[in-house]
Amino acid sequence: MSWLLAAPILTPMTTAIVCLLVRRHARVERAVSVAGGGLLLAPCLMLLVAVWNGGPLAGQMGSWPAPYGITLVADLFSAVMVAIAGLTGFAVAVYGVADIDRERQRFGFHTLYHILLGGVCGAFLTGDLFNLYVWFEVMLIASFALITLGGERAQLDGAVKYAAINLVSTVLLLTAIGLTYGATGTLNMADLSVRVGAVENQGLVSVLAVLFLIALGIKAAVFPLFFWLPASYHTPPVAVTAILSALMTKVGVYALMRVFTLIFTDDVGFTHTLLLWVAALTMITGVLGAAAQTDVRRILSFHIVSQIGYMVLGLALYTPLAIAGAVFYLVHNILAKTSLFLVGGMMGRLGGCQELSRIGGFYQSAPLLAVIFLIAAFSLAGFPPLSGFWAKFILVKASLDLEHYVIAAVALGVGLMTIYSMTKIWILGFWKPAPGGSDTAPVPAPSPGETTLRLAPAAALTALTVVLGVSPEPFLEVATRAAAELFEPRAYVEAVLGERP
Amino acid sequence: METMLAVLVGWLVAAAVYLMLSRSLVRYLFGLVLISNAANLAVFASGRLSTSAPALVQPGQLAPAADVANALPQALILTAIVIGFGLLAFAFVLAFRAREELGTVDTDAMRVAEPPALTPAAAVDREGRSAA
Repeated sequence: MSWLLAAPILTPMTTAIVCLLVRRHARVERAVSVAGGGLLLAPCLMLLVAVWNGGPLAGQMGSWPAPYGITLVADLFSAVMVAIAGLTGFAVAVYGVADIDRERQRFGFHTLYHILLGGVCGAFLTGDLFNLYVWFEVMLIASFALITLGGERAQLDGAVKYAAINLVSTVLLLTAIGLTYGATGTLNMADLSVRVGAVENQGLVSVLAVLFLIALGIKAAVFPLFFWLPASYHTPPVAVTAILSALMTKVGVYALMRVFTLIFTDDVGFTHTLLLWVAALTMITGVLGAAAQTDVRRILSFHIVSQIGYMVLGLALYTPLAIAGAVFYLVHNILAKTSLFLVGGMMGRLGGCQELSRIGGFYQSAPLLAVIFLIAAFSLAGFPPLSGFWAKFILVKASLDLEHYVIAAVALGVGLMTIYSMTKIWILGFWKPAPGGSDTAPVPAPSPGETTLRLAPAAALTALTVVLGVSPEPFLEVATRAAAELFEPRAYVEAVLGERP
Repeated sequence: METMLAVLVGWLVAAAVYLMLSRSLVRYLFGLVLISNAANLAVFASGRLSTSAPALVQPGQLAPAADVANALPQALILTAIVIGFGLLAFAFVLAFRAREELGTVDTDAMRVAEPPALTPAAAVDREGRSAA
């Protein structure tokens, strides 16, 4: 059992406990939270290096051999996701120090935040379906508490819708897992990938695939199951929105990619065609929803939905290139989107709200913020030479290779619509002079320390998208290899179950 | 036996869906209680229903002597019940707090987070104010 596999789960859990122990000392708790976020980054990156050099790593909990025990396993895709989770987890923890008020901290923001990170890492690393369900619940309960923390009217309203739909998805996921066990007699994902093909009643396997698609689709916020996301994500403080948008829905996408590359691959003509429709409609509805909004955070929330479509598109096309595109897109999107949410939060802090008709003039009053926004927004929209360009380029190329011209056109059109929304924020939020009406209460200017805490994480994440865009070659290699492992999961299965004759 | 259990699960799900389609949050939550129990029963059935012995190994032996029931689905259900109970407790408190703050349990009337679109007159009024 390699400690490296358990460390990304144990570190945030330990941090959560220490935060709880020092909760009477606000400054100490904040320091512990940031330090814990930084500490998490170390095992995450070490795991990535280890998996890159040595292939998939697997460990059995309590030394019960697979498929009987609970397996932790990291292939390159898992390792990349864990690394990016550690990175954004650290960045948002720093931002949270400035963004979270005393009251919310007293009710346990930092503890819940690290439990959420632990749940996310657990979901990325587990090799067992039921264990995946449990990690989803760990994340879910932490996110419920984070979304309601503070108890404002809008938050409770959003949380009701968030909780209601996610609880249904929980029940569906449990049912799907139970029926999978009934059909195959195993819940170990590597074992399942071997056994699903041998099930006599292949119709039942298709039913299971669709059940998983619906249950995980709710978590990933794909069309037509995404309505909870724009209803709730704009209500809590920005630090919460940023971490939820960066990691929660992406865990859903991760699980979809895992399940539909490892387990349900026998009837690709049916399942992946379904995914293709889902991807196209998700992209379109998300971007149209964003066009109708005038609040920065609500625009960005709808864009989460539309960008989930691109990732599902990569999975649906199901070629090594397309999956590499999806992996690239996941990483690019987590970086750019988190950065945009943090910029939006700073706009809200400076202007008193994030409603575009009531703020403005940040190009003049906060030029650094404007630069960060511009880079992150262009990256999201897919301008060369930023990371979004390469992510979209690979996906469009993959669909053209398969002669899916319509979906390629949709992907490009949605990119144009993204530019429209980003330009809207740019013109109304940055260029237009601040309205200064009677209904905007004057906001006290943030201290230099607070400005640094808020801008540094956003700037760092944006800088990473630039690096990823200017020299995509090394990361493209990682994504290609991760995709190859996903597409041909022999190494993954052997790492878990041992050498097969 | 399996047929009876399947019918029971079907009825539970039907009743749960009926309740969950209601606009009242409280009815929705009762529906959720029913549907999570239906899911638990479905998991239970996946271990096959039989009248065989509990999965216990006699002292001095390495494997159970006779046919034993599959204990894994029961362990899964136990976990699911615990998780489900926690989530439900949270959901009920959330509903209570929402009733206190928003003054309603009708989910259609909860429009604080997503206020209805402005009527044209109100929009003009707002534009006028922001231009002034």
